[in-house]
Amino acid sequence: MNSRGYWMIALTFVVALLLMILPLPEWARPYRPQWVSLTLIYWCIALPHRVGIGTGFTLGLVMDVVTGTLLGQHALGLSLVAFLALQLYARVRVFPFWQQMLAVLVLLVVEHLFALWVMGVIGQQTPPLIYWVIPVIGAFLWPWIFVTLRDVRRRFKVT
Amino acid sequence: MLAVALSLVLMVLDHRFAHLQQLRNTLAFITYPLHFLASLPVAASHWLEEVTATRSELLQQTRELRARNLKLGAQLQKLESLQAENIRLRNLLDASYKVGDRVLIAELSGVDLDPYKQQVTINKGSASGVYEGQAVLDADAVMGQVIQVTPFSSTVLLITDPSHSIPVQVLRSGLRTIAVGSGRVKELSLPYLPTNSDIREGDLLVTSGLGGKYPSGYPVARVARIDRTPNNAFARISAEPAAHLDRSREVLVVWRVKPAQPTGGSAAEAKPVTEAQTRTDGGEE
Repeated sequence: MNSRGYWMIALTFVVALLLMILPLPEWARPYRPQWVSLTLIYWCIALPHRVGIGTGFTLGLVMDVVTGTLLGQHALGLSLVAFLALQLYARVRVFPFWQQMLAVLVLLVVEHLFALWVMGVIGQQTPPLIYWVIPVIGAFLWPWIFVTLRDVRRRFKVT
Repeated sequence: MLAVALSLVLMVLDHRFAHLQQLRNTLAFITYPLHFLASLPVAASHWLEEVTATRSELLQQTRELRARNLKLGAQLQKLESLQAENIRLRNLLDASYKVGDRVLIAELSGVDLDPYKQQVTINKGSASGVYEGQAVLDADAVMGQVIQVTPFSSTVLLITDPSHSIPVQVLRSGLRTIAVGSGRVKELSLPYLPTNSDIREGDLLVTSGLGGKYPSGYPVARVARIDRTPNNAFARISAEPAAHLDRSREVLVVWRVKPAQPTGGSAAEAKPVTEAQTRTDGGEE
């Protein structure tokens, strides 16, 4: 039972990673939502005793390698997201959807802020203002992700 | 907090030193299935395109390719005689010359990497003999160099990435300089040329082969804009890459064929050019 739960969580993360590197048309590339962060936030809120900062860190490392960024850039962002989500989970669970979206928006913006900071420190070109639309897109995707992953969790009885 | 500290340390190590390359390569090998899965839809669409191509389309394509082949063959004849002549002249000058480069055709895999870094993945890796630092071309010009190799795929840093510089030479005047990536896919900048240097808009830049990474003589970019402000010591020059960095699907990975005489010869060859170069520069100023 337990091991099956782990596999389900891992599987959702793999799907999220795939969505991060799936080829998109050139115009859509700057708008790719932070699928991995959203999935991580969900699991942190739903199962705070199983998914946490360690998961975020490992996931971030994998993502750094997969997307070819500086090793540790996403690891930093995702561990912070996991940390904040663990602080907030008890409150966020009882929020209505629109308040949850706001909380998620804050988390996503924090992650982006740190990514931007890292890019600035290593002297990479800073992304255009479009960059800040991505967390908003992510926040609007939240209800769908929440419902989908909740169904996954209930169907496969991941606890 | 531990995770934050750890990721900071990792970032510093990865940025400043090369120690983490091994870890990176291992992780890249483990995550290769992810890349493979993500590139499946594109691969499937290519396959479908090929399978459903009609006979008349294929015939048309063959006709076009035959015509093109004939034209290229004719050009090659001329090139061969020129090459023979060049080798003969160089022999007279006692300079070594590499006859040709070995290439391998690779395909871009349909995987999107970080949109703010100029890099792509190709579907050939160390199993095909690709190594780190190798030059990658497309049909027209230099694209970049290999920065990470796994057995079945490798990552290529494009010449337009801000962290990438390539030693180039102006084909018309022989002037040598360094082209630095700008982070935009259609722009390279040449920040190290004085305002009075002999360079014009439309000049072709070719690799000079000085860095030892890129073989010499391949086209890189064409000078697009020159901004000579008299009160600046250096001109602001931007060039447009000749390779189709955002469009090419097939790329060539190049092996440098070693010249008959080992490295001493090529160094000796590079030196006189350098001196002659500085002399002509001085003359013009």
